[in-house]
Amino acid sequence: MATVGPLARIARLGCSHICRNHRLIFNRNVQRRGIASCIDPSYGLTDEQKEFQKVAFDFAANEMAPHMAEWDQKEIFPVETMRKAAQLGFGGIYVQPDVGGSGLSRLDTSIIFEALSTGCVSTTAYISIHNMCAWMIDTFGNTEQREKFCPDLCSMEKFASYCLTEPGSGSDAASLLTSAQLKGDHYLLNGSKAFISGGGDTDVYVVMCRTGGKGPKGISCLVVEKGTPGLSFGKKEKKVGWNSQPTRAVIFEDCAVPVANRLGVEGQGFNIAMKGLNGGRINIASCSLGAAHASVQLARDHLLVRKQFGESLSNNQFLQFKLAEMATKLVASRLLVREAATALQENRADAVTLCSMAKLFATDECFNVCNQALQMHGGYGYLKDYAVQQFVRDIRVHQILEGTNEVMRMIISRNLLSES
Amino acid sequence: MSGRVLVGVKRVIDYAVKIRVKPDNSGVVTDGVKHSMNPFCEIAVEEAVKLKEKKLIKEVVAVSCGPQQSQETIRTALAMGADRGIHVEVTGKDYENLGPLQVSKILAALAKKEDAQLVILGKQAIDDDCNQTGQMTAALLDWPQGTFASEVALEADKIKVVREIDGGLETIKVNTPAVLTADLRLNTPRYATLPNIMKAKKKKIANVKPADLGVDLTSRLEVLRVEEPPQRQAGVKVETVDDLVGKLKEAGRI
Repeated sequence: MATVGPLARIARLGCSHICRNHRLIFNRNVQRRGIASCIDPSYGLTDEQKEFQKVAFDFAANEMAPHMAEWDQKEIFPVETMRKAAQLGFGGIYVQPDVGGSGLSRLDTSIIFEALSTGCVSTTAYISIHNMCAWMIDTFGNTEQREKFCPDLCSMEKFASYCLTEPGSGSDAASLLTSAQLKGDHYLLNGSKAFISGGGDTDVYVVMCRTGGKGPKGISCLVVEKGTPGLSFGKKEKKVGWNSQPTRAVIFEDCAVPVANRLGVEGQGFNIAMKGLNGGRINIASCSLGAAHASVQLARDHLLVRKQFGESLSNNQFLQFKLAEMATKLVASRLLVREAATALQENRADAVTLCSMAKLFATDECFNVCNQALQMHGGYGYLKDYAVQQFVRDIRVHQILEGTNEVMRMIISRNLLSES
Repeated sequence: MSGRVLVGVKRVIDYAVKIRVKPDNSGVVTDGVKHSMNPFCEIAVEEAVKLKEKKLIKEVVAVSCGPQQSQETIRTALAMGADRGIHVEVTGKDYENLGPLQVSKILAALAKKEDAQLVILGKQAIDDDCNQTGQMTAALLDWPQGTFASEVALEADKIKVVREIDGGLETIKVNTPAVLTADLRLNTPRYATLPNIMKAKKKKIANVKPADLGVDLTSRLEVLRVEEPPQRQAGVKVETVDDLVGKLKEAGRI
């Protein structure tokens, strides 16, 4: 094996780590490996973006990757780690600086989530949902609401959840039933939300509810705080992945929420929800990119090490070609996601459709990439000792939430077939 | 006292990269390979920034010698909290031959020019492992040196340094101005925060040429050949202790 001199020398001096408490677990190299290869995610970025990416990769390698398996198996919601991330500015990446955000672009955000995801998809996905909620309050809230909620969310002193889905309305989100009756200076909420990420453990709930008639125009957006009488939670769901974030039903029984907590005007809620999701879709797609990147590197490393039939798997043409296809799909997905991020940032006419395309393509392709990577590991890929199975389990749900990939197709076809 | 600290930061091949020797054995492959700040330099920057946060010093100046890309390394130092940077432009053959002697001459000249109270460096770079620059800089300046520092404490006009030496830990006191080199356990470098990375963009990096400092970059060393370390050989299993002793005697080990 080629020169390992400096590391060996440091090891001889009796040191157990080089910096920032690295622990040498095998998949840490995913974040630190600096191969000049075609899948390097820093190509095409500005120097500043490379700096953001580096911090995110470092954080993922040191603070997340060593714990990702434990968080998954013990279903731990890593509050302290996320607060550390918030200290670096990851709590409100695209929230404006005057209320504690980092004021970065959608592309910067995508790059950061992609890098963090290599450390733990589930935790990064939750951080992205939290960011989405903070942005919604930042963008659609009035001065009082922004000042009341955003600083604590950006520092992750408080955590947020996005509540749109209900037992009876998933893809058909506009048919939601949770009602909010106006009673003077407050609304009385009745109904329940399903599959809420962070539900029960988070402090601030951004809830889409019906204040008016049927359809999207009757929906408003209310911010509900934990501890409000009438707010309760269902049991913690047992999931295939995303186990470092709790998922619960959120139940409202005559829950009184001040009118002052309404974001925007009555009837604007659905619009706010969808605008939030445009960015959310890029974020989720970015998380899929990170998982796929990590998985391709793990698969590559395995092919170089594992021998069968007298030679290493990397000499097998089928596997070489498979790896090439995986890398190609990864880079293609990444380019589409980054273009969508840029389009959203610039408010381009094609932004919404592009975000849907990016979410559709990236989540599907990256899942296949991770799945193939698992296959390449053979039997070992199925063991929880190896990280690749967690990447597969964690990103499977990205094809479902924040708008199923079927709904993404609806959005895209509508754009193609509308008369204009 | 100016309260100014000079921190040297070196751009090296990232420690996690698998090093490959060039086919002509003239060096290692650096083109297209990921580079980052030398880990011991990160520790040096962290220490300087910590001193500034404790208000024991006033300004941290990050210095790097090399081609255009060295500016990335200086930016990282700025994002960690350094106030401004100095990029000493060294390119081409000069850069290939740049070693501790040349760098220490540059740093000594800058330390005088900037009226530095302290020069903090990493104890060694992970690419050449020379462990010379700090010592040479101190000698050229005729300043005391506190090398392999695992603890640094500023006291009035002296600095208490705990050094990691072969026998254990040695505590010394040096007068200022002085040169310190950072060892592994001096501190844990902070992550740059997103706001600091953005602020770093506005911080100034001055451009300086070695000639402006009156430094002669001629190297006294010539690299003849670079080779990979020998491949690890398989071992031999023996049955008895006598066999083992016999084999060790054969190999001239005992």
